[in-house]
Amino acid sequence: MTFSWTRVAAIFRKEIRDYRHNRFVIMTMAMLPLIFIALPIIEIFTIKATVSSSKLDTRIGLALLYMLLIPAILPSALAGYSVVGEREQGTLEPVLITPIRSTEFLLGKAFAALLPTLVIAYVMFGVFLAIAALFADPAVSSAVFERSHVLIQLLFTPLLAGWSILVGIAISARASDVRVAQQLGVFASLPPLAVVALMSENVITPSIGLALGLAAALLLIDGLGWRVVAAMFDRERLVTGNKT
Amino acid sequence: MTVPRQGDALDAVVVGVHPESAMGGSRTETAETPAQGEAKSGSALIVNKLTKRFGDRVAFDDVSFEVGYGEVFGFLGPNGAGKTTMVRTLGTLLAPTSGSATVAGMPLSAAVGPQIRARISIMPESPGLYLRLTVAENLECFADLYELRDAPERIAAALRAVNLVDRANDPCRSLSKGLRQRVGLARALLNDPAVLFLDEPTSGLDPVAAREVHDLIDEQRKSGVTIFLTTHRLEEAERLCDRVAILNTTLRLIGRPDELRKQLFTRTLDVRIRAPLDNADRVFAGLPGVESWEPGELGVYVLTISDPSIATPEVARALVAAGADLLFLGESRHSLEDVYLELINEDVEANAR
Ligand SMILES: Nc1ncnc2c1ncn2[C@@H]1O[C@H](COP(=O)(O)OP(=O)(O)OP(=O)(O)O)[C@@H](O)[C@H]1O
Ligand SMILES: [Mg+2]
Repeated sequence: MTFSWTRVAAIFRKEIRDYRHNRFVIMTMAMLPLIFIALPIIEIFTIKATVSSSKLDTRIGLALLYMLLIPAILPSALAGYSVVGEREQGTLEPVLITPIRSTEFLLGKAFAALLPTLVIAYVMFGVFLAIAALFADPAVSSAVFERSHVLIQLLFTPLLAGWSILVGIAISARASDVRVAQQLGVFASLPPLAVVALMSENVITPSIGLALGLAAALLLIDGLGWRVVAAMFDRERLVTGNKT
Repeated sequence: MTVPRQGDALDAVVVGVHPESAMGGSRTETAETPAQGEAKSGSALIVNKLTKRFGDRVAFDDVSFEVGYGEVFGFLGPNGAGKTTMVRTLGTLLAPTSGSATVAGMPLSAAVGPQIRARISIMPESPGLYLRLTVAENLECFADLYELRDAPERIAAALRAVNLVDRANDPCRSLSKGLRQRVGLARALLNDPAVLFLDEPTSGLDPVAAREVHDLIDEQRKSGVTIFLTTHRLEEAERLCDRVAILNTTLRLIGRPDELRKQLFTRTLDVRIRAPLDNADRVFAGLPGVESWEPGELGVYVLTISDPSIATPEVARALVAAGADLLFLGESRHSLEDVYLELINEDVEANAR
């Protein structure tokens, strides 16, 4: 019996359907992005266009970095819930007694956290760009639309999300309750953001090459991390662990 | 004729039940491939010296039994006897500590786990439904997990089998415990399992709901599904099961419910007369079929007999001849519950010593 995308899709669809009726998820998806777009918008209207172009660049970088918190934090809240949540509700055992493989289950969960995150993060970025283009000072808005900024945003949104989903699921597969899993997940999702921060703060000189290099490294980590997570998924422990 | 199912190469070799028959009731036994006939003539479950320990704690020890295709097998035992652990082990969720087993024709091992799980299904102690999803959405998810090609038809058939067609679009959260149990059963029927494991399917249900679940199990039995049923409701086992095993960490007894009764209890004749006999010895001694006798309360005697059809008329005649007013004469019936309590008490006493 081989890997089945039908089963991945089954888990994915089930998750998405579940989100719709899960008040916690709906609230998180609604509130988190609003919080993290509010500050960048305030920022672009409070920057004086007369500041030096490097200062301007730094502040725009900071504002955009703030928006990258959406893909870093949102999926870890969703993914942190994924395994422990099912175990707490007793829905894990029925799933595990189907022919499903661990990788299929985890991929379904990962996509279900990734898709809404990408949609929300990109839409928020689009909203931000639109506001910058329409209402901000032309100097500010041209700084916002600078190529490396946009590239960093587009590239790192999925990569950061991938990282925090991995970490979130890994923690969730081992944690004993949902709260702990989500809190740990949020913390663990931040380190790669620090590197991006250094770059947007010009501590590491940002360049398209560097951004691409970093992205490749993160992609590699996401890919390798996947194997670790799949290996951490111990069926026996997950089935019997809920007794204690 | 082989009916192709869910694209599984192994199905060609090991197929227990026809997809359309498991819920429909009409089995086409005549038109089978040799492979299917072979699989069916074998055993659905062969358990050989199976042991499962959690650290120092023994869940079950050195258990061996076989279950034939189409059989309803009751697995009885008190709390903590190891019933759920046995179901999980045979369902490839837990690895046995030692021993071997064959499940639906496949040797139990982690490597063939997915194949075994495709051919069986388990209804766990608590159904574990996605409460925020509707009944139909729950079943859709599992139909896809089993990669069923004809998912809509299978879902419809499963819903019909448990009489839940009109609740298909209700969120599971809004269902009563009994209805949730039925959704769990529908989910377990989706993949047309060669062996259906039911772990205490009626626990916590009121008598009416339990009765409904019994009827559903009965229907599955009639359509030839092999059922492995754990329970501590003895009347349930007695009513539904062809054979039962009594487990209390080790396997204590196995057999047909009426056989177990015979095996465990000597046959006795209960006698009640209006006034005690002056000399009971003289009345009962030497009667054909009567081995010994013991007085109970006033006017009551319990006779150990070898054959009731010989002893009963003899005892009646002797009593009438002795001038006794006969109020009651009958073989005492032991329910499975007596067998069970007798066994478990033995264990408790053995442990106390
Ligand atoms: N994950 C586990 N870790 C340690 N011990 C366990 C675990 N699961 C079960 N046990 C022990 O194994 C034994 C058998 O448990 P099991 O749940 O199989 O019993 P059961 O017959 O299903 O009981 P019940 O009628 O209460 O459902 C018990 O002593 C139990 O405490
Ligand atoms: Mg149990």
